[in-house]
Amino acid sequence: MATRLREVDVVIVGLGWTGGILAKELSEAGMRVVALERGGMRSTNPDFAIPLIRDELKYAVRNALMQNPARDTLTFRHSPSEPSLPMRQLGSFLPGEGLGGAGVHWNGVTWRWTGIDHAARSYYEQRHGKSFIPADMPIQDWPMTYAELEPYYDKFERTAGVSGKAGNIRGTKQPGGNFFEQSRDRDYPLPALEPSYSQVLFNDATAHMGYHPFPRPCANASRAYTNPDGSRLGACVYCGHCERFGCEANAKGSPHITVIPKAMAQPTFELRTHSWVTKVMLDSTKKKAIGVAYTDVSNGQEYEQPAAIVALCAYAINNVHLMLLSSIGTPYDATTQKGIVGKNYCYQPGGGGVTLFFEDKIFNPFMATGAFGIAIDDFHANDQFDRAAMGALGGATINVGQSNGRPIGYRPVPAGTPRWGAEWKKATAKWYLRAMNIGVTASNMPNRYNAYDLDPTYKNVFGQPLLRLTYNFLENDKKVIAYVGQKASEIARSLNPTSMTGPGTLGDYNIVPYQSTHNTGGAIMGSSPGNSAVNKYLQSWDVPNVFVVGASAFPHNSAYNPTGPVGALAYWTADAIKKRYRQRPGLMT
Amino acid sequence: MSEQPNRRDFLKTVGTVGATGIAAAVGVESADAQTRPAAAAGPSTLTAVSHAFTFFTAPEAAFIEAAADRLIPADDLTPGGTDCGVAVFIDRQLAGAWGSGDRTYMQGPWQKGVPTQGYQSPLTPAEFFRAGIAASNAYCRKTLQKDFDRLTADQQIKVLQDLEQGRIAFDGISAQEFFNLLLATAMQGFFADPVYGGNREKVAWKMIGFPGVVAIYSEHIKTYRNKKYDVEPKSILDLS
Repeated sequence: MATRLREVDVVIVGLGWTGGILAKELSEAGMRVVALERGGMRSTNPDFAIPLIRDELKYAVRNALMQNPARDTLTFRHSPSEPSLPMRQLGSFLPGEGLGGAGVHWNGVTWRWTGIDHAARSYYEQRHGKSFIPADMPIQDWPMTYAELEPYYDKFERTAGVSGKAGNIRGTKQPGGNFFEQSRDRDYPLPALEPSYSQVLFNDATAHMGYHPFPRPCANASRAYTNPDGSRLGACVYCGHCERFGCEANAKGSPHITVIPKAMAQPTFELRTHSWVTKVMLDSTKKKAIGVAYTDVSNGQEYEQPAAIVALCAYAINNVHLMLLSSIGTPYDATTQKGIVGKNYCYQPGGGGVTLFFEDKIFNPFMATGAFGIAIDDFHANDQFDRAAMGALGGATINVGQSNGRPIGYRPVPAGTPRWGAEWKKATAKWYLRAMNIGVTASNMPNRYNAYDLDPTYKNVFGQPLLRLTYNFLENDKKVIAYVGQKASEIARSLNPTSMTGPGTLGDYNIVPYQSTHNTGGAIMGSSPGNSAVNKYLQSWDVPNVFVVGASAFPHNSAYNPTGPVGALAYWTADAIKKRYRQRPGLMT
Repeated sequence: MSEQPNRRDFLKTVGTVGATGIAAAVGVESADAQTRPAAAAGPSTLTAVSHAFTFFTAPEAAFIEAAADRLIPADDLTPGGTDCGVAVFIDRQLAGAWGSGDRTYMQGPWQKGVPTQGYQSPLTPAEFFRAGIAASNAYCRKTLQKDFDRLTADQQIKVLQDLEQGRIAFDGISAQEFFNLLLATAMQGFFADPVYGGNREKVAWKMIGFPGVVAIYSEHIKTYRNKKYDVEPKSILDLS
């Protein structure tokens, strides 16, 4: 029998970036906040101390900081006609678990999304005509403009200590920054990091070809930094252990060293770890949440936590799962295209990248940071880029990062080299230091069949249905990868490498190899209950005291990484709750 | 090529040229680390250590050592996979949490699925490995009249290539999936921190030029552009 606890103002489900931001903002405003985190407590020292944190096998291969699929996972199929089978081991994406969530083990790439992203349908209809948008591609505008969200992007960049170079400050183009970015109020809080040799080569080559290279914005601090809340970040030492690891130097903008400690300093805030929320409890009208049900997974005890506001701040996938398990909103049915929760799942296609091998160059791939890099946005944020020639919506950035040289995972060899044996070994020894990559990161437009629902067969450790993911890469994605991959290949050839491999072509989506933890959609935001699960303030249309915060709100996926707008939307939502909802609870318009 | 030396020993000295130690052979012919081509061809940098297996049976250990030496052969870069600790690494991984199915969804029902749906076996990784070794040896006995570890190196390479390319089919489990798991685990053993028993004396890191876990490159990111960074790598074991 569950123990019923005392009611609080806000219960937050999941304490990563979004939960941490809401926890800080709302508790500082005097609201009584309880955060329920299904994983454990952790802190930089001792959890990320060297030498133990530099263990590639434990963290990068066995996924020590990630969710445990033995307890809860999802099932996957390419299309509704195929059997959906459990993702039994993590692979393609790596949702985090524990205090700080994926905000601890991310790389740190922190974009503001483009004006095109914020007004996707309007832009394509105006520029290319309605018929350019395929009938089965339900893209839609964000419910807020870039300009409305700008101060919140800024706030998140300040919190996370983002290093970069502005390209457009209040309408004035800035040399060295992203020529195609939207106007910003001010520059990044920290200057860009020192580029690697591979990035210098890419920068010079793309500039020579008439493109517009710039340093990719990243939450790896280029120098020691104290953020506006007084949280202190160290300077990045280019150690090459960002993604899948915690940062021992506190140089990676992470919630466990910024917003979460600030919330924990508030007497109105309480954190409970090992607390797994199984359901949002609704009243008899089904229009109001009365709290959440959770289990303390360290002892099995069940609780009910009543709250005036429920904020779902779990990983994007788990937000959607909880909504479906709790009957919040109408589940989406791809056959009838009725309903909304589960709709517009998107991901991030890859495969357009190129690896270059040089007899006479040394790249030292282990001198690396998760997010630093040189990018060009000429085939993505550029609104003059002629997408008719590509025959597809969206686009891709072309980047040279250098995220790590960890040898279990990073062992580049020229095409045609065997995977083992004498020849493999000679090639690995020869090329490890002498290869660089040019990456292509593509947008992903929604399709009516790419969606979540509840699985009819498989259950999690609580006996609840797993989430079912139906997803594949489609024609639009294949065209983007082919087109931009070709451009990446031209850039690579201009560097005159000894040999190069790629670009590949985009085939069927494969849930096994790691690609990115950029899973978006399922609880999308929009202008009306007919086109969205949540409104402009990420508030459920159906149950207005439930807020669903995270990349689950994106109606499509950009060619950018998601964390910039994820952080901005969390601040935006917290502001709306503090300044408006708190005074007048109910659906905000 | 001559038949490989027998490896059916449960306690073995991992040797280099001139290493001394006791190899306790079980029941059969020669089990002499000193005569193994792996040791003979490698740089004599590895000190001898004794090791024992806790997961593999003697015949399984013989298979895995032979496979490790074909996947990662001895040459002038490093000793063979077994001498580098790869077989011991795999044994420990299978005996531990990962081998027992940690972080793996083990609930049924089970269906074969397509490769893009990933691992769908009801077996734990340890059980899967065991089944794969048994099936590989059964195939070798049927077609070549010997267990895998008794084949010549060339025959072993051919069998591994056939497994990799899907030219061999097993009953029950996917031969190709077994090969991929074997290869992935062997590479983990070769390149992981030596604290796990493989990559002995950081041979693999020295081979490629990976400096290990210290990794403070604030200045080097600029000063080592297009310049080799030659240092003695440091491992977790070195700093602990």
